[in-house]
Amino acid sequence: MILAEVLKRFPKKKEYLIEILLEYQKQKETHHFEEHELKEIANYLNIPESRVCSVVGFYTFFSTEPRGKYIFQICRDLPCQLNDNFDLLSSIQMILGIKVGETTQDGLFTLEYTSCLGHCDKSPAIRVNDKIHGSLSLNKLKAIVAECKEKENA
Amino acid sequence: MLEMKLVSKRFGLIDPYSIDDFIANKGYQALKKALKADKLDLLDEIENSKLRGRGGAGFPVAIKIMALAKEISQPKYVICNADEGEPGNFKDRYILEKDPHSIIEGMLIAAYMTNAKTGYIYIRGEYSLQIDIMKNAIKQAREKNYLGEAILGTDFSFDLEVRSGAGSYVCGEEFALLESLEGKAGRTRVKPPFPTSRGLFNKPTLINNVETFATLPVIIDIGGKEYAKIGTASSTGTKLISISGNVLKKGVYEVPFGISMRKIINELGGGVENGRKIRMVQLGGECGPIIPEYMLDMVIDFERFEEFESKTGAGALIVIDDRFDFFEILKRISEFFTHESCGKCIPCREGNYHLLKIIDRFVNYCATEKDMNLLENTAMVLHHTSLCGLGQSAPTAIISALHYFRGTFQKRIEASLSQEDRIYAKN
Repeated sequence: MILAEVLKRFPKKKEYLIEILLEYQKQKETHHFEEHELKEIANYLNIPESRVCSVVGFYTFFSTEPRGKYIFQICRDLPCQLNDNFDLLSSIQMILGIKVGETTQDGLFTLEYTSCLGHCDKSPAIRVNDKIHGSLSLNKLKAIVAECKEKENA
Repeated sequence: MLEMKLVSKRFGLIDPYSIDDFIANKGYQALKKALKADKLDLLDEIENSKLRGRGGAGFPVAIKIMALAKEISQPKYVICNADEGEPGNFKDRYILEKDPHSIIEGMLIAAYMTNAKTGYIYIRGEYSLQIDIMKNAIKQAREKNYLGEAILGTDFSFDLEVRSGAGSYVCGEEFALLESLEGKAGRTRVKPPFPTSRGLFNKPTLINNVETFATLPVIIDIGGKEYAKIGTASSTGTKLISISGNVLKKGVYEVPFGISMRKIINELGGGVENGRKIRMVQLGGECGPIIPEYMLDMVIDFERFEEFESKTGAGALIVIDDRFDFFEILKRISEFFTHESCGKCIPCREGNYHLLKIIDRFVNYCATEKDMNLLENTAMVLHHTSLCGLGQSAPTAIISALHYFRGTFQKRIEASLSQEDRIYAKN
């Protein structure tokens, strides 16, 4: 989706900055911002580019590096850690073949850490793009990855 | 019966996407009652209920509402804090996804009492499903004239918008949340002035937790004095408790204040796995104290919790059994705060980093007596000098651990020494 189309849907008010960034990043397959895009957003809202950059740098959702189509976020907070009986982190690293912070060569998967997802009643939990998967087991984890790959081949 | 369902009475019984379901289950009745009543009488009801904020700090709700009601200038804002980022807490998520209209109803009642016209619900970005449910609820409420202009034929107007967070724990702190709503990085402000005089866009603002707003209709419904009969003298009413960690039945349970944690963990949470023992419990989330098993007979009550000098009133119990290394747990907590510190004030930005480094020495068996003193000093500096609640409560787990588990620290230091000797002997 072109940035201009996303911008059109929001009022030219600077308090919409985060909403705009969230919406545009979600639409983009690489889930990241390029410099000229940040400039364009700053121009649209009539704020300094530095202000946009400070927001992008502050919030963990935003990235200036290209990421995979599916972003796997691993919760590593206490409640998930206490219920992790199959070493979630090593398992997912092995299944995807990448380490935390990396993206697969085909640009399909990125692996990240996240702070608590608020699904401690279904721990251990991960977030894949917008969806939370809880009460994970090794098989369930494999199925989630397989499902993503299937969607791509379909 | 241990449970007492007032706020959670509709959980699982209604379709969260249907306003008709909500209305059929006594929904928006309290609002209708409120719109016919005198605003001062309503304020009295809230004051009589002795309701305290459910987000953790436990501030008396009536004082905040009164402060906003007294402000004459417009606009005024009513904001619901649904940035539930504290590890181990998920009770707000339950309300958002199981009974979204109860939050709208509570915000409407608060707005009516204070003459506010605009509201925001700030939901953490991780809660995509809940954001969707809430947006739908607002749309439906607008269609039925529960939101918008001249609500239900009165001269009261109020509208509401959902705003999403973008992955920042500190935005649950009220001023950081306001900064984020204004489209900025979530770095807190110096207070006073408090939000009720200068909040969003420097205008008078009421910020309350999801559960607090969802409780307002209950109070209007049964009356403030009746509500105050529930619970204990210092903590009236009910509390949603999130139980997580090594219990069999993790989940959210609503109980009246004054019930012991042991009862909640064993009878509602189903206790720990057979053959395991509870080693410790963290109260309130990662910002809360760690207490040993023998203290579990303590009851859930604001006053009892305040003895820990921490904001543990959000009602989370993270149960930790005997499989885990004590210091690994502290390390995880320390890592969390090092990552989530916004970096505005020095004690929090630097202090958390140093706490982590010291804890790491305990994890790796190379800690000394000096490290224990350093840990204690650094933690206290952080607690006393940080700008906002994040830094002030970040070392709570460590301070409480040093208090209740001092022997564990000592043992690790001794083990560290003997390990050093072994290495020395090898060379």
